[in-house]
Amino acid sequence: MTPSADTDRFLPLPPATFHILIALAKEDRHGYAVMQEVEERTEGALRLSAGTLYRSIQRMLEQGLIRETRKRPAPELDDERRRYYRITPLGEAVARAEARRMAELVRMARAQGLVLGTT
Amino acid sequence: MRLYRALLRLFPTAFREEYGDEMSAIFRLRARRTTGALPTLWLWATTTEDIVRNAIVVHWDALRQDLRYATRALARTPGFFATAILVTALGIGANTAAFSVADFVLVRPLSYAHPDRLVKLMEGTGGGTNQVSPALYQHWRSESRSFSDMGAYYTTGVNLVGEGEPQRLDEAVVTASLLPTLGVPPVRGRLFTDTDEHDGGTIILSYGLWQSQFGGAEDVIGRRLLTDGTPREVIGVMPREFRFPNRDVAFWTPMPLAQLRDEEITNTYWEVLGRLRPGVSIERARTEMDVVSQRLRAQFPKELDGIGSSVVRLRDELSSQSRTMLLALCGAAACVLLIACANLASLLLARYLRRKREFLVRAALGAGRERLIRQCITESLVIAVLGGALGVVLAIVSVPLLTRLIPATLPIAKSPSIDGRIVLFAALLSTVTGVVFGALPAWRASNARDMSELREGTRSGGGQRERARAALVTVEVTASVVLLVSTGLLLRALVHIQRTDPGFQPAQVLAARTALPVPKYDSVTRRARFYEDVLQDVRALPGVSSAAYISGLPLASGGAVWPVVPEGQEDPTTRPASAISRYVSPGYFRTLGIPLVRGRDVTDADIGSRPWVAVVSESFVRRYWPNEDPIGKRFKYLNDVRTVVGVVGDVHVRGLERANEPQAYLSYRQVPDTGAAAFFHPKELVIRSSTPPAALTAAVRRIVHRVDPDQPVSNVRTMDDIVSDVTAARATQVRVLGAFAFVAFLLAAVGIHGVLSYSVSSRSREIGVRMALGAQPTSVVRMVLRQAAVLAVAGILPGVVLAYVAGRAMQGLLVGVQPADVETFGAVAVLCLVMTIAGSLAPAVRAVRVDPARALRTDG
Repeated sequence: MTPSADTDRFLPLPPATFHILIALAKEDRHGYAVMQEVEERTEGALRLSAGTLYRSIQRMLEQGLIRETRKRPAPELDDERRRYYRITPLGEAVARAEARRMAELVRMARAQGLVLGTT
Repeated sequence: MRLYRALLRLFPTAFREEYGDEMSAIFRLRARRTTGALPTLWLWATTTEDIVRNAIVVHWDALRQDLRYATRALARTPGFFATAILVTALGIGANTAAFSVADFVLVRPLSYAHPDRLVKLMEGTGGGTNQVSPALYQHWRSESRSFSDMGAYYTTGVNLVGEGEPQRLDEAVVTASLLPTLGVPPVRGRLFTDTDEHDGGTIILSYGLWQSQFGGAEDVIGRRLLTDGTPREVIGVMPREFRFPNRDVAFWTPMPLAQLRDEEITNTYWEVLGRLRPGVSIERARTEMDVVSQRLRAQFPKELDGIGSSVVRLRDELSSQSRTMLLALCGAAACVLLIACANLASLLLARYLRRKREFLVRAALGAGRERLIRQCITESLVIAVLGGALGVVLAIVSVPLLTRLIPATLPIAKSPSIDGRIVLFAALLSTVTGVVFGALPAWRASNARDMSELREGTRSGGGQRERARAALVTVEVTASVVLLVSTGLLLRALVHIQRTDPGFQPAQVLAARTALPVPKYDSVTRRARFYEDVLQDVRALPGVSSAAYISGLPLASGGAVWPVVPEGQEDPTTRPASAISRYVSPGYFRTLGIPLVRGRDVTDADIGSRPWVAVVSESFVRRYWPNEDPIGKRFKYLNDVRTVVGVVGDVHVRGLERANEPQAYLSYRQVPDTGAAAFFHPKELVIRSSTPPAALTAAVRRIVHRVDPDQPVSNVRTMDDIVSDVTAARATQVRVLGAFAFVAFLLAAVGIHGVLSYSVSSRSREIGVRMALGAQPTSVVRMVLRQAAVLAVAGILPGVVLAYVAGRAMQGLLVGVQPADVETFGAVAVLCLVMTIAGSLAPAVRAVRVDPARALRTDG
């Protein structure tokens, strides 16, 4: 998939969406696990609320950035109610495009001396 | 936890079903970890905020998606889309227009300070109301406590000579207390004070006159002009929207002292306005005025015999005919809306039934019923909003056509403006239309049972839904019958009135007004010279066969009514009956084509020093000297004894809808120079000509200008116009109702067509089987027609009953027609038959063309 109009129309991503994509990049997770993962990785700086989380998940499902997965963990680890989500190839491409966009922004800021610790 | 579940209800059902459990689980985890009152409170606050904020976003997302889906779906069926929008636009447009006119006349507050406290006070005379004499007004004002203030006025026409051409204008002569009672400050200068009443010579201009006469000059205060020869100084200008007592009044002058001090308590010609004290109800004011009237009756037992008082809100001072007309208009508009909505619902229902497979597929893919209904509603909302917008445009275009329904005597502008409230009304109407009439069919179409039927592939279902559509069509037929009958009845009344012989021949007659001002023309001799000079030149114009002067035109002005006491019939115990008076110059009867039945016309020899003569109408003779020769009879009229010299045909003086009243025509040379009658000297010039009368206007103006350069010519009209003006409001109403009825008729026909087409196409297999089994095309056509007839009759029967009820409600408008007019009802029944046949024609043809082989082969 090329970083083309397909991905560009999603940019810039809402922060919650970007974080969810990052949380799902390596493994499938259920909603609560996504929440915990985001909170851990940002060291508590970003706590997704339940409403924002599921509203974002719903929209991302519709946009095809993630999908529900049928593969479930071992039954003893599973909870009947939980749904697991997996990032789609489109989701990956969009996350990459967003990362590139942000890196580009940071590069421009750095060139103007706006970022501390410039080389 | 229950509270959290309740909060979750803010989300759409589908979302809640999908994620509710997980969200609740997370919340339960959080809640378990939180202890202490403050943290718990904080948890709830943040959670509520989170849910509310995100619920809005989710709803908005769904709406955007639905909108995108709806526009795409509608764009795929442009025919349906256009029809639905047009149908909605007609319904909303008709209602918005009708509402804006009715709101303007009946509801919208008048532009005065606290208009709800303004009341009109009149003499109550048992049966009706009357104007008030200055003396009675003074008593009322000083002896009542319910009013913070009271003012009086009367309107009259005067000649204004200022900067520019002399003009004939309407003025209101007002007491100093009148304008302050209304509570509207002037935009320039000041209002009248008691000093103005005392000294006279001042004038307050309307905004319109300030603009037209003085070009809106800033230094208008202190300028001078002449009204009927009286010099006046401008002391103020009223705001643009100030139109008291009606929109024709161009300026206000202070009440002359002599009139203020007039002690004749029966000399009634004032209108009285009062402002209720804060906290005083109109009922309390009425009670108090009853007491005051009672006391005054004891004081003036003879003069005020049977005279009480009447207090009505200024807002409610509207003739019952105008009110009925406006309400009928609103009723008609509501009928059109009902039909439009029924049609829209029917269209949508058919559309959704056709799309059932699509719904089924989407339901199978996981779309919930709520979601499907929501999408249907979005679709109908798109239609309603676009239709509503188009409807407002229609209303804006059509409102000016309705202005003839607004009585000219009200203190409001000529034409209502479409303001925010009207647009809000239209928006509300559109939304309700869209939601209700979109939801119902969607609800039906997505009915779970129907869904399962479809899933099983059955094709027999639909009877119930067809019944729903049939019911809608029945409603349409009913409403259109009511409208058609109402229009028919009003049309018959209009024709009846238009066919009424006015008593004169209006064709080829021009009328123009030259109202001679006093004191310049304060004697018969001075006026006679003017009349003679003008008439002589006018009669010499090419094509003119006769010309004359009269004090007031028939139909256009009521004229004075005076008591008649025939010689030998004096009876001091009863109040004498009265007759309408007119002063005429010789040749008036010939000019207007009023037949001279006996005796002679007035002549130039009937001057003040000769016996005072009168030409009377046939109804006058019938009342006072039935079966006797009236020529030479004498009667006391207007303080003098008159001798009857001639008898003429009756004329409808006060409108075609009123019976003939006795009329007395007096010689223009026998107008008294003083007293009340002096006011009624002739001012209307009438000319009969063989050329088109309107073409004479310029020549008449030239002649009058030559005779007296300061004399304005006003109100130039043909008598034909005057006669048609009498029925103008009615004619407008018939046209408006007719348009509504036509639209309703059309929509109902479309509705019948829709139901039958649907039924034919869904029964094509059955029809095919019948034809394969040997059924004749005629029997197939009969089958379709029978269905159409059932629909029509089911609609017509309740329609006839309702139409009769509507007819009874507007009986006040039905002159010469009964609410159960057989011909109207018959004609409407025939029309409905035509409508039914027209609506079923195409479906019947389609049914006959069904190819049995194909119908049986295909499963579609």
